[in-house]
Amino acid sequence: MAAKPQLVCPAGSLAALKAAVDNGADDVYLGFRNDTNARNFAGLNFDEKSLAEGIRYAHQRKRRVLAAINTYAQAGRFADWTRAVDNAAALGIDAVIVADPAVLDYAAQKHPAMRRHLSVQASATSYEAINFCREKFGIQRAVLPRVLTLAQVENVIRNTDVEIEVFGFGSLCVMNEGRCWLSSYATGESPNTIGACSPAKFVQWEKKPNEMDVRLNGILIDRYGNDENAGYPTICKGRFEVEGETYYAMEEPASLNVLEMLPEIIKIGVAAIKVEGRQRSPTYVAQVTRVLRQALDAAMSTSAAPDKYSVKPAWAAELGKVSEGSQITLGAYNRPWR
Amino acid sequence: MTNALKLPTIPAFTLPPLFARLGARLPQWPHSLNLVLALNAAKKLGMLPEETLQELEERSFRVTVLDTGITAEFCYRGGSFRPVFVSPGQPDLHFTARLSAFLQLVSRQEDADTLFFNRTLTVEGDTELGLRVKNMLDALEWPSLSWQGMRPTFVKS
Repeated sequence: MAAKPQLVCPAGSLAALKAAVDNGADDVYLGFRNDTNARNFAGLNFDEKSLAEGIRYAHQRKRRVLAAINTYAQAGRFADWTRAVDNAAALGIDAVIVADPAVLDYAAQKHPAMRRHLSVQASATSYEAINFCREKFGIQRAVLPRVLTLAQVENVIRNTDVEIEVFGFGSLCVMNEGRCWLSSYATGESPNTIGACSPAKFVQWEKKPNEMDVRLNGILIDRYGNDENAGYPTICKGRFEVEGETYYAMEEPASLNVLEMLPEIIKIGVAAIKVEGRQRSPTYVAQVTRVLRQALDAAMSTSAAPDKYSVKPAWAAELGKVSEGSQITLGAYNRPWR
Repeated sequence: MTNALKLPTIPAFTLPPLFARLGARLPQWPHSLNLVLALNAAKKLGMLPEETLQELEERSFRVTVLDTGITAEFCYRGGSFRPVFVSPGQPDLHFTARLSAFLQLVSRQEDADTLFFNRTLTVEGDTELGLRVKNMLDALEWPSLSWQGMRPTFVKS
């Protein structure tokens, strides 16, 4: 029988961490209050005091805390990233989630006992890339970018000893995860460099009587009618005029939601299921964690007879409500093309 | 346990148009004053992080509750929230929603991004300031309230 995947939930604040733990997360992942993590937004994340308190709260309840140090060290500032790794180790973090090979190497050399997870921002989609990181940096887990079909995920799992973590719910990136420069194209800043996609200082929402415009550094990204749902102000989710037609040229605003394929995800041996959304509130964390905890438990209890598992309408409604653009998708997991 | 306010579920509702018509004709300054008193009390209790508050210095805010006709305006100056009785024109940050959405938000029944995605909540002005305020409110450790008698009990973690 396949092992039960760990449920890995996001926290942008101590209140969110407690919400994740209280609602059934096995692991909570978070970041420091600086550009060493890819959710470097104003007023979000943890200082050392709140992190120490969060770790204490989680460990008392036998849960683990993972620190995302997953941006790429910038020239001349490598010490900021090594300091983050050292702080994580000193505070008793259970694992660091890292993308930059130099930071991974530092963590492996300096803190060999601290688990190392390969971040989604490393963009490792093949078992060769993952096994290379195992050999060079001793990674114990890899987070797969949301670009693989379920069959491709299974193929990776069959060919590596590294634990594989996949996304189970949350806002989607365009299918170039970890290598995307669309935000930089418009603003000169991106997740891999300063830790934020579409940094807020460049975003302008403009409400008009019958529509709402959103601009990124002056570039019109979308124009919503009053009855249309909105998404995050990223270029990948904008509507643009292409050969005379205006539409979502790259992707629609939507959230990944794997509830309906949980039994298959468990069956192929996924070690952990991740929820996106460190930028969201404790309310979102509580809502999503609670639903996924119930769904995972239900899928495990029926794993001998997967056809007995079904998505409860209340779960679907709860996750649908909090989704970006109020839309959900199975994303790449079931795309028909290769 | 988590530190959510244990209140009855608040449904999404819109008050009859009469409320907005009447509310808009009433003086708005009491609303600004009440909100400022509450914010300064929260600050005094140490609920609002000093680091974020410093970023609010000299910034102006407006909260519009659509279906009540109520608008509250205030600013943060010299380390305190202060009511603004004469509107300066466009504030630095403007939140607009129906009463039920604000109640859902404050009681942590709904997430701000959810309300924004479904167009229930509108945020205009300085987006980074808006994010800072949202994240400050999200990080608050609310006392746990018991609905019977509404006696606050601070949760020990």
